[in-house]
Amino acid sequence: MKTYILPALRLLLVMTVFTGIIYPIAMTLLSLVVFPYQAKGSMIEKNGVIIGSELIGQKFESDKYFHSRPSAIDYNPMPSSGSNWGPTDRRMADSVKARSARFIKQNNLPPGTVVPKDMLFASASGVDPHISPEAAIMQVERIGYVRGFNAEKISSLKKLVEAFTEGPQMKLFGDPRVNVLKLNLAADELQSK
Amino acid sequence: MITASEIIQLVFYAVMLFLFTPPLGKLMAKIFEGEKTFLSPVFGWLERLSYKLSGIDPKKEMNWKTYMWAMLAFNGLGFAIVYLLQIFQSSLPLNPQQLPNVSWHLAFNTAVSFMTNTNWQSYAGEVTLSYLVQMLGLTVQNFVSAATGIAVMLALARGIARKTTIDIGNFWVDLVRSTVYVLLPLSILFTVVLVDQGVVQNFSSYQTVTTLEGTQQTILLGPAAAQIAIKQLGSNGGGFFNMNSAYPHENPTPFTNFLEMLSILLLASALVYTFGVIVKAKRHAWVVWGVMFFMFASGLAVSLWSEYLTNPVTGVAGGMEGKETRFGVANSVLWSVATTDASNGSVNAMHDSMSPLSGAVEMINIKLGEIIFGGVGAGMYGMMIFILLTVFIAGLMVGRTPEYLGKKIESYEVKMAAIAMILPSFGILLFTAIACISDAGLAGLNNSGPHGFSEILYAFASTAGNNGSAFAGLTASTPFYATLLGINMLIGRFGVIIPMLAIAGSLAKKKITPPSSGTFPTDTFLFGLLLLGTILIVGALTFFPTQVLGPIVEHFLMLNGQTF
Repeated sequence: MKTYILPALRLLLVMTVFTGIIYPIAMTLLSLVVFPYQAKGSMIEKNGVIIGSELIGQKFESDKYFHSRPSAIDYNPMPSSGSNWGPTDRRMADSVKARSARFIKQNNLPPGTVVPKDMLFASASGVDPHISPEAAIMQVERIGYVRGFNAEKISSLKKLVEAFTEGPQMKLFGDPRVNVLKLNLAADELQSK
Repeated sequence: MITASEIIQLVFYAVMLFLFTPPLGKLMAKIFEGEKTFLSPVFGWLERLSYKLSGIDPKKEMNWKTYMWAMLAFNGLGFAIVYLLQIFQSSLPLNPQQLPNVSWHLAFNTAVSFMTNTNWQSYAGEVTLSYLVQMLGLTVQNFVSAATGIAVMLALARGIARKTTIDIGNFWVDLVRSTVYVLLPLSILFTVVLVDQGVVQNFSSYQTVTTLEGTQQTILLGPAAAQIAIKQLGSNGGGFFNMNSAYPHENPTPFTNFLEMLSILLLASALVYTFGVIVKAKRHAWVVWGVMFFMFASGLAVSLWSEYLTNPVTGVAGGMEGKETRFGVANSVLWSVATTDASNGSVNAMHDSMSPLSGAVEMINIKLGEIIFGGVGAGMYGMMIFILLTVFIAGLMVGRTPEYLGKKIESYEVKMAAIAMILPSFGILLFTAIACISDAGLAGLNNSGPHGFSEILYAFASTAGNNGSAFAGLTASTPFYATLLGINMLIGRFGVIIPMLAIAGSLAKKKITPPSSGTFPTDTFLFGLLLLGTILIVGALTFFPTQVLGPIVEHFLMLNGQTF
């Protein structure tokens, strides 16, 4: 047995130094030099204060902001989580109904409007930074009204949504989406103009 | 309905997987046989230094028992280190969140989980483990548990390729070469791309920010990218963050999503080719690859169809519960199929919230023993169980002694293959039954009805298959689950590895008989069909009843709009 234990222990320690110490530290140093913004979390500042990360979704309840998707953890990832409700879970059936009714009421949409499904279901991470472009467009009228925009500014807001719509990455990967935090920052800016 | 853009992405994925297989497989065969490659000048010194520092003679060959003891000693010590790091983490450095020591049962579960290449997460990374444990414990095991899988496959391949010898290679050499020339270089490249796309890599403590609307939010940070790269490549799957690759700082863009998905199957697929090169039967390897790909594509088709079916409970087709906007439905389904085919187990969507038949596909993929590409190395040596059974059955049908690549397959090999097949199945079914009739087992459920049964069944399938994905609603951090799941992982890993090494040792001793007219060829379409049939019959007989009780019943109840 001794013939195996000693080389095993020594090799494990060597591998620990290579892959557990040198590798992650070297990668950290390289990342902080070459991609400092991303490596530190892609943080967004407003007036010099960090207000979040562009990759981490935030909760928006105020009528003047575009709302994010439902979240099982209320957008505070300690720890991150989805609902893990199964396809026949009564809680999910009830939530979908309630969320649909709420979205229609909040945005003053005609009864029976089909609400985009990203607004009906909670995300996996609980901090999904995106919503679908359709879900954003449907909120434009409400936001314009609450912010006291005239018709011209409402149409600029609509254009803003289009400008912030990200298509498939490299024209191939993923679904169209809008980053809610970035869009809301732009909406604030539009109002101050 | 599935969109054209989604179909293009799926096809692109399959094509890239296919295109990378031969060159990568060839390169790895060269590396493992000790030939010079373009990597030798860059990483050769690291290989030599590893041997020197560990006092290892790389030229010394091992017989199968020596090889096994070396592997067990190395893994046992790996377990001990990860366990100790966790139960003392509060006294150790690099713990900016000042996380407390991990409880014994959770530490046991996590240490077993990473040592066996399962990476089941009973813990939630961001609130349980310090950066030091993530690096020294988990990242290291991500590398070496993957390398262990490759090593065992290499030993098996040599057992087949060599004749009248007891030597099947040197475990230390196989482990070092896999790590230094394959896993480490790929991980370095991948880390750079991940960080460029937005994955975090730093040693800062979590940052609390006041959001635009004025609420408090914690932004999780840490040395994530370096760990995520190897987690995807080494069929590990244990996330840096609790929500794994659904979490935006772990998988920020559709492009990282594609690369992470490709990494899940990349090495496992290429290693089938490597196997073919070493045993000098490339056509046979392609037949095996074809069977794997067919099962992958079939599972994907069923899962997509089921996911896009209207769920009468919510009235929505292609529901987005537990899915991220940037990935959408098809990429979430593709990931779920790939990660359960390989023993990866990382997730970019919540399997618990997917449609019942998607869950069924995930579970079948795992229960067949992680042989659809499977874990790195582990997929190929797992598939060997079914190859030997197929050869044996085919031999019985034509009335000759079965042969496989010139080696006679006799009762010893078939016995060992049967043990390797039965042990994990036994673990899955027995432990599921125990959990279903005990209060401690039922206490962990998040869903009721057949979906609750599926949560338990999935957990034991995933741990026996060393997969690590979950129907995550199950609370698996209790002493009951942490212990049983941990034991199940050990059965699923070593209950297969040890019989496979025994087979390697036995085959190495045999002569190579040249093929005759009575030899059943293993490089034909017919063999592929027989192999597929064997897999499906064995798999179906073992697991059909439980599949019916869980996802299949749930599917029909869902179609009737039944809720629980």
